[in-house]
Order: sequence, then C-alpha cells, then structure tokens
Amino acid sequence: MEAVEQIDRIQQEIAEDFSLFEGNKEQSVEYIMDLGMELDPLSEDFKRDEFLIRGCQSKVWLIASKNEGGELIFQSDSNTALTKGLISLLIRVYSGHKPEDIIGSEPWFLEKIGMDQLVGSQRSNGLKAMISRIQEYARSFQNEN
Amino acid sequence: MIETGSIEKIAYDITELRSRFPILGREVNGYPLVYLDNAATTQKPSSVIDSLSAYYKGYNSNIHRGVHTLANEATEAFEKTRKSASEFINAGEKEVVITKGTTEGINLIARTWGEANIKEGDRILVGAAEHHSNIVPWQILAEKVGAAVEPIPLSQEGILDREAFKSMLDESVRLVAINFISNSLGTINPINDLISDAHHNGSIVLVDAAQAAPHIEIDVKAIDCDFLAFSGHKMFGPTGVGFLYGKYDLLDQMPPFIGGGEMIDQVSFNGTSFLTPPLKFEAGTPNIADVIAMDQAFGFVSDIGFDAINKAEKEIVDYSRSRMSKIQGLKEYGTAEEKIAVFSFNLEGIHPFDVGQLLDAKGIAVRTGHHCTMPMMSDLGIEGTVRASFAVYNSMEETEKLWDNVERIQKKYGSS
Repeated sequence: MEAVEQIDRIQQEIAEDFSLFEGNKEQSVEYIMDLGMELDPLSEDFKRDEFLIRGCQSKVWLIASKNEGGELIFQSDSNTALTKGLISLLIRVYSGHKPEDIIGSEPWFLEKIGMDQLVGSQRSNGLKAMISRIQEYARSFQNEN
Repeated sequence: MIETGSIEKIAYDITELRSRFPILGREVNGYPLVYLDNAATTQKPSSVIDSLSAYYKGYNSNIHRGVHTLANEATEAFEKTRKSASEFINAGEKEVVITKGTTEGINLIARTWGEANIKEGDRILVGAAEHHSNIVPWQILAEKVGAAVEPIPLSQEGILDREAFKSMLDESVRLVAINFISNSLGTINPINDLISDAHHNGSIVLVDAAQAAPHIEIDVKAIDCDFLAFSGHKMFGPTGVGFLYGKYDLLDQMPPFIGGGEMIDQVSFNGTSFLTPPLKFEAGTPNIADVIAMDQAFGFVSDIGFDAINKAEKEIVDYSRSRMSKIQGLKEYGTAEEKIAVFSFNLEGIHPFDVGQLLDAKGIAVRTGHHCTMPMMSDLGIEGTVRASFAVYNSMEETEKLWDNVERIQKKYGSS
C-alpha cells in the first residue's frame, strides 16, 4: 500500500471510531481524554521550551526522531488530558511515516469528526499549531537528506 | 419574587425567578444548561432585554441637550438609572458617574485623581488577589509618575491580611485599591476595617465592587470608601454599563477624564470650562440604551432583596462545602467563612481545563484558568483553578448536579 494511502486509511479508521458516538459531545470528549491518558508520558528531559508548541492554551511538547527506515517517530506530552488525546490522534496518523508522505497528507479526519465543535475554538487553534509543528518537523527532516 | 411572610422557609420562588431568564431554558450538548460562570457575566431577565428594544422602538434619541419630546423621554430614563444606582449604593446622585464598566471606572480614577495626586516616591497598595483591572491601571500610573505598586498579602483563608496591611501603611501610601469580594475566590474582605485603617493613615481608598454588587448590600456611606466601581453586566444588566462612585468633593477637585461634548460648560478658543460632576466625566454620547435597560436590573435585584439573596446563597455555600469536603483530592481555594457562592478548586491529578471541558459536555458552564488574577495564582503555585460562580437564579438542583459531576470526574480521572 502507498504510504499516503496508509495515512488516509488510519484517518478513515479514526473517523469510523468517532462515528460510533454520532456527534455526542460527552462521549467524544471522554474518548479523547481516555486516549490521552493511554499515551506514554514524555521524559521530563524533553519538557523544554524548544519542544513546546506555541499557540496552545495548555502546554504541549512534541519531539520527532527518524528511525533506521527513514520514518519519523513522534512523541508528545501535555499537562492536560484532552490535549494529550488530541495529539495522540495526530501521532496515530503521522508517526511511522516518511517526511515526504507526511508533507503530502492533510489531516482531513478532523473536519470529518467535527473536531472544532467538539473541543471549541481555542483548543482547535492549538490543534492547528500541533499540525504545523508536525509539518515543520517533516520539512526539516526532509531537508536533511 | 419574595414570598412575603414565608421568607424563613424559602427565600424566593426559584422556578418563577428562573422563568424570567429566557436563556436558562436552553440546552447545551443535550443537557439543560447549568450556568455557573456568573462571576464573568450574569444572564439577563426579560425585563432588561425588553427595555433595550422598547428604547429603540419607542424613544431613541440623544440625551441631555435636545428640546424635543423623545430627547426628554430618553434623558429622563437615562437619569432614572443614575438615581437607581445611587440608591443602590446609598450615594448622592451627583456622586455617581456612568461608565462602561468597572475597568473604565478604575482607569478614570487612575488618570484623573491619580495623575493629579500620586507623586514620585508614593506607594499604591493593591490586594494580592485583585483582578488585573485593579492592578494594571495603577502600574501604568506608577510608571508615569515614578510611584510604586505593592501587593497586600492574603491570609491562608484568602482574605486580605489586616495585620500585614497595617504594617505596610505609612505616609508614602497615597492610595489603597482593593476588592470588596475576590472574583477568583469569592471571599469577602473585611472592608470596613481596611478602609478605617487606611483613613487613619491618611490614604484614599478605591473599592472594586464588581463581584459584590449582585451578592451583598453595598452602602458607600457606611463603609466610607472614597471611590467605588461596579459593572452592570455582572448584576443582570447589559454589558457596557458601569458605575463609579466618588465622594463629591473628590470628584469636584479632579481634572476631567476624556474631553468632548456632554461634559463642557462653555467652549471657546480662549479656554473651555467644564460641567460639574458627574457629567464632567461623561464626554460623548453614552451607551444610552444599555444604561436605560440597566434600571430594570436594579429593579430586579431590589425586588428580591439582599436578605433573601444572602439566605439562599448561604444554603448553597453550606451544601457545597459539605460536598467538597467529601470529594477526595479536591482542594478549595478561598476557605474564609465570609464568602459568596463562588467556588474555586482543583482536583488532584486533573488539569482544570479538563474538568471544565468534561463539565461542559454535561451542559455545565464553569470558568477555568487564572480568572484575570495571575499574580495570585502564581503566589499559590498553580496555573489556575476551576471556578463555579453562582447567581440568584441557580437552584439547589443545579448545585447538586455540579458536585455530582465533579465527584464523577474525580473518580474517573483523578489521581487518588
């Protein structure tokens, strides 16, 4: 399977997971928070300003590294469970893919889920900042080649 | 509506009272709205909403200068609100300046009385739990004239520490700016004692009464403050309306704030003379419609009466404190005995934003964050709290719903 198609497939899976809640905000928010609580915490060493994402109301740290296969691995943490849940969705979509595939993929699942309505405009802006940071990492790793 | 004669049993008919607020009938995320962000702004009764539309439909006109009937009707209605405001706080009518809100009132004093009276080396004391609007104007003034702004510490219970305050007083303290009730903690400061201490020291006192106005009776003569500011929108009135009280002699000596129409006596290129207070401080066309509608809000509060309001609120405070004490890992901020139904708390292991989001999913509106009191949050070593702030229309059923949900959230997401 083409890498971009694989990213689309993961997005489709997430959209299907959320479709079970039929737009119910309470269930969706609790599900996102549960995902957040399942995400492995980041070592305190990485909770530095250089990994902090500006534009988020809560604190979010995101780091990226490249494995032997040339794929980017993202790790993240946040001081709030909901934000951790949101970033865990992005990690599920983008982690383990090559920089060029990440750059070529829009996170369309967010609109399909109706994330703006679920988490409100302030969190939504934070989510945009997280996506920008993922794309920045992908571009800078691509330029290294 | 007060149930005359049965006030000992029920403070007022809550169902009838709620029916006067159309917004309280709506649903949020499939649940009935439980609005507990009243310290930020309160909802408005139909009488206020209808008054706005009646003004625009019936007698919209500029005020104070016109000779025609509409202008007279509008002026009369506008001045009626000033009269109600002055009665509400037991002030003289000429001692009440109509402003945009508490923030503008405080800035007005900083820019007029402050610039004329605060000199280099003077100190301005502000409470450690002040809203930013009662800190920043003083910092701007202090920067301009070379004065200093110093925080008065809080006690463990979240009220101003009187002994610490007294020890800070000396002849360099020209002004003391403190809140009557803390917006983030809901605690009631011993305002009479603090004002009396300040006056013994020869200092002028400004009181931020934004949170006090809808909750406790304010009598400016009894507390003897020099200035006092409050907002309409936090007491069931429209946004963009506020009131600034000043002792008449002080207002009279103060230079004007903003120049323009409405505030002048004579204008010529050889010099301009100003009207006397309060109009001296009310340049330009004011927010006429909202000021007029504000009169209905004063009427609403006066009809219920503070005895009934305080009685109902005490029940909510007592019940809430008993529920909070049983929730594991819940820390309440502002534990003073004297407080209104504003509860600031955190749950161990859960960020306040998450608590707020989970409550919103159940239709419960609370505020999370620093509540515009960043210095105090920093003193407490926290980023913020969850704040549930009640108003007269909040029922005991809603109170139960809040604490049931906080308990559920703590059990599911808390660390203990």
